[in-house]
Amino acid sequence: MGDVLSWAGGGLVIVGVALSVLGAVGVLRFPDFYTRIHAASITDTGGASLVLLGLCLIAGLSLVTLKLVFVWVFVMLTTPVAANALANAAFSSGHKPRIGAFQIVRTDERRKTPRGTDQP
Amino acid sequence: MIALPPSFDANLAIDIVLLVMLLVVAGAIVRTRNLLAAIILFGIYSLVSAVWLVVMDAPDVAFTEAVVGAGISTIVLLGAILLTRGEAEKTDWRRLAAPALLCVAVGGLLVYAAMGLPALGDAASPANAHVGRAYLEATPRDIGIPNMVTAVLASYRGFDTLGETAVIFAAGIGVALMLGFGPRASLAPPPAVIGDHHVVLRVSAKFLIPLIALFAFYVQFHGDLGAGGGFQAGVIMAAAIILHALVFGLRETMAAVPPRVARGAASFGVLLYAGVGVACMVNGGGFLDYDFLFPPAIEKQIPGWLLGDPDHAHHWGQHFGIMLIELGVLLTVAATMVTIFYGFAGRTVDAARQEAKR
Repeated sequence: MGDVLSWAGGGLVIVGVALSVLGAVGVLRFPDFYTRIHAASITDTGGASLVLLGLCLIAGLSLVTLKLVFVWVFVMLTTPVAANALANAAFSSGHKPRIGAFQIVRTDERRKTPRGTDQP
Repeated sequence: MIALPPSFDANLAIDIVLLVMLLVVAGAIVRTRNLLAAIILFGIYSLVSAVWLVVMDAPDVAFTEAVVGAGISTIVLLGAILLTRGEAEKTDWRRLAAPALLCVAVGGLLVYAAMGLPALGDAASPANAHVGRAYLEATPRDIGIPNMVTAVLASYRGFDTLGETAVIFAAGIGVALMLGFGPRASLAPPPAVIGDHHVVLRVSAKFLIPLIALFAFYVQFHGDLGAGGGFQAGVIMAAAIILHALVFGLRETMAAVPPRVARGAASFGVLLYAGVGVACMVNGGGFLDYDFLFPPAIEKQIPGWLLGDPDHAHHWGQHFGIMLIELGVLLTVAATMVTIFYGFAGRTVDAARQEAKR
């Protein structure tokens, strides 16, 4: 039983690491800032979750598992928020995405200009 | 399929990967002209070194490297960069020749000296054979706490640590003398914005800041048992306060932790540390000799069943002494970091106000 758990845990760790590497490739290859953040944050959260889950399985039920769960909660709280804050800052400073016809309308100007018009 | 050499060592492979990463990051720091990128790279460098120190079985040092190098110094440098330009000037290579030669010479000397170092984990090396071994053997008998790093740091070498705490305090005073204790004028409330952009950041920060503060206390009081202690806990606590300032604004933070309180806590920490030492002297021991922390009259009041085995010496004085001085270290480190942050942030606010007046 313990052997099966450690093999499953090791597999999850490898999958998580592969996901993180894919995210790194995405950060390098994607065309603009928003898609890069997308690649970085999703694979970072998912990859770290898989690695931590795998480590939990390897460690078995002990205090280490609890600490790993705490780390997982922290990662789940911080990484998406950091990505959100980055994208938010870029969007507020008027950084335009390269893909898609996308009109930036600031929240405080939204009432004046209906969505879809070309007026800034 | 690559045939692994017979003596393939996973630790060695990790060491090599981490050291190559350090080298690459250091090269990138030297090459970049963007100061913001350089600061972020410095943080990455510290984080990789921390990982490497964990691999080298030095969790206490790794912890300090992670919280100080990757955490607080990044924030302080980011505060400093707001006061200057984001780009480094391009320097003529002839002006760089002499410093480069000096660096190469010093680096070469260090490499040459490193060849004379004993092997890692060598039991016969001076560090492991003489005083280090004496500490390892005497700690269970003298101090009675499991983490020998804390035992050496806080008890055997308590006087050195008092000096370090005083150095941090002095650094805080130095920065405050140059930059001030915060903004000169009182801060205006932030203008009301329609549509809060940062609601996600605010909500999660509100949830995270108490958790970070709680973790600081865990690190503080767990220092006797595992890696951690006053220095790391103080920096984590300061990080929680600075995160509050970054998300909710300097005004809110200065209402919660006024600069005057930070100043007072920084000096009180050093005072508490030195006061414990003086209390030991008053009770008949040496300076910071925690065995004499409790006067005999109080020691008699402790009920016998709390002391455990009567044949073994109890270590109440050591436990409480280490706890008190670590508390002093926590106060001084956290308050000094917050004071330094207020200094930088206040300068930035003042500069922005002057710009707006013009």
